[in-house]
Amino acid sequence: MLLDLSYYSQIFKTLKAHKMRSFLTSLGIIIGISSVIIIMSGGAGAQNLVFKQVEGIGVDLLGILPGASDDSGPPAAVMGINITTLVNDDIRAIESQVPEIIAATGYVRGVAILNWQNKSRDSSFLGVSPNYLRVETGAEVASGYFFSEEDDRSLARVAVIGSLVATDLFGNVNPLGERIRINDETFRIIGVMKERGMVGFQNQDDQVFIPIATAQRIMLGINYLSFARAKIAPGADADVVVAEVEAILRDRHNIDDPKDDDFSVRSAEQGLDVLTDITNALNYFLGAVAAISLLVGGIGIMNIMLVSVSESTREIGLRKAVGARRRDISRHFLIQTLILTALGGIIGIFSGIFISFLISVIAKALGYDWEFIIPLSSIILATSFTLLVALAFGWYPAQKAAKLDPIDALRYE
Amino acid sequence: MIELKDVYKEFVSGEVVTKVLHKINLKIKRGEFLAIMGPSGSGKSTLMHILGFLDNISSGHYYFDNKDVSQFDDDTLASYRNKKVGFVFQSFNLLPKTSVWENVRLPLLYSRDKVNFKDVDKAIKSVDLEHRRDYLSNQLSGGEKQRVAIARALVNNPEIIFADEPTGNLDSKSGIQIMAILDSLNKMGKTVILVTHENATARYSHRIIKIKDGQIISDEVNKDIIDAQTLNGNLK
Repeated sequence: MLLDLSYYSQIFKTLKAHKMRSFLTSLGIIIGISSVIIIMSGGAGAQNLVFKQVEGIGVDLLGILPGASDDSGPPAAVMGINITTLVNDDIRAIESQVPEIIAATGYVRGVAILNWQNKSRDSSFLGVSPNYLRVETGAEVASGYFFSEEDDRSLARVAVIGSLVATDLFGNVNPLGERIRINDETFRIIGVMKERGMVGFQNQDDQVFIPIATAQRIMLGINYLSFARAKIAPGADADVVVAEVEAILRDRHNIDDPKDDDFSVRSAEQGLDVLTDITNALNYFLGAVAAISLLVGGIGIMNIMLVSVSESTREIGLRKAVGARRRDISRHFLIQTLILTALGGIIGIFSGIFISFLISVIAKALGYDWEFIIPLSSIILATSFTLLVALAFGWYPAQKAAKLDPIDALRYE
Repeated sequence: MIELKDVYKEFVSGEVVTKVLHKINLKIKRGEFLAIMGPSGSGKSTLMHILGFLDNISSGHYYFDNKDVSQFDDDTLASYRNKKVGFVFQSFNLLPKTSVWENVRLPLLYSRDKVNFKDVDKAIKSVDLEHRRDYLSNQLSGGEKQRVAIARALVNNPEIIFADEPTGNLDSKSGIQIMAILDSLNKMGKTVILVTHENATARYSHRIIKIKDGQIISDEVNKDIIDAQTLNGNLK
């Protein structure tokens, strides 16, 4: 009987006879399934976007921040508080004493008003060490050259400008050798950076790179760092390197107890792990919220199936009179529910994928490096949940139908 | 084939107990053409439902081929309804918007034995409806609908045909036609049990049982049988 196609054609006929009703019933499932897929696809796309931002700087990096970060909260620097404990000599010491560290650089940043001839532009300057290019993946000079150790030592007023600054300020003029004013100081442009786009949530092309010592002493009048980054040699164990760096900093800062640390060291790997955990949790949470709409859709299906059972009471009586067993009747209605939900599910999956695709197209058009991702887990979650809903909410009406007394059913008007 | 011994049937609805059948004793042999007569509410339909495995008894015994039916579980009852008996109802009870062929095939869907769909066409032929095979049930006349119902009752080759007021919703000509078909089935060896309150319908049967207030008040051989097939032949 289950293999008999005409058996299903009978059920399809019932559903076709109530086209509008069947569609509206399935609509709950369609909306539920597609929202699960859209939310999980959107989550995966956003996660991917965040990862790309982090990976753009490099995954084999250590971040060194001034101020402690313990269970009580993030480093103070994150909150915008200046902590003056981390200095450039700390970074030089790490660079020379930890063999697994290829290169390291401190960072200081300031607001810059750039002037060239009669043109003016707001931007920011970034003080970094000459090792910057070796630390950050993807940072390259397009023309000219980056400043040297000698430039740094001598507080040279030389600058390497980002590609956006170059085109905005100089247009078709070759900026190399030109002199610009950054705030009140005159700098000679010695290089132009290659275009890099948004990395680490900062437009890398809209800034001016100057030697860190120049930035600290001449531009800002400080001797501390905002933060520092160090690149780890391939294959090195990030956790071991973190411990080594911490030991050196403790020694230099005369700290005995790690609880008194006035700095924090994090590897990008750790950061990515935390980020993955957070975004995954968020994705599943949102998926679960969307799944609630599936539950609501399931209740709608149960409602309609109860109506359908009561409408076909006489027919159930007849089927019983010609020999249908209870399980034949309950199977009949369960299959009807399954077909309704399956149709809704299939339409929902396709519309969910389609809408997710539209979102990715729109995000790309808005300039985000958004990838169109449909996580397999979203389809599996949606499908299995739908099946569960169909069985759970189809069961009761099917049982109700199966338990009908054939005589009562035949007499039913 | 059928034996009822001291059968009682009562319906309980809340605290109200309605006695429907009272001490029914009855034997029916294979091949009989029997009419159960009585006014409405007399219990004749309930008796037919019990005999047709659709309803259970409150006390007493129902033996079918010497088997105690009250001991049957749900599945066995369903299988007996499927194989041993066929029902013809007053209101036809065809599946709506479904073809004649599919309606007649319905009992085969629930057969646990190997089925042959050629039996469907055979049953349709036996009620002279080959030309309506693919018509939908709502495109048929009343008489045709009842013939489809008879074909449906026949398709599993049952031993007994139960007909509950089979002519009740038909004009007299179609009614005679239906009775002629039932008569011919009886002549082919099927047991036919008719439930009716009309003398006009009962007069074709060979034995008439009268029921009143749940009790059998008479059980007689019909001495004035009218041959439905001859009558139908004369009408043509």
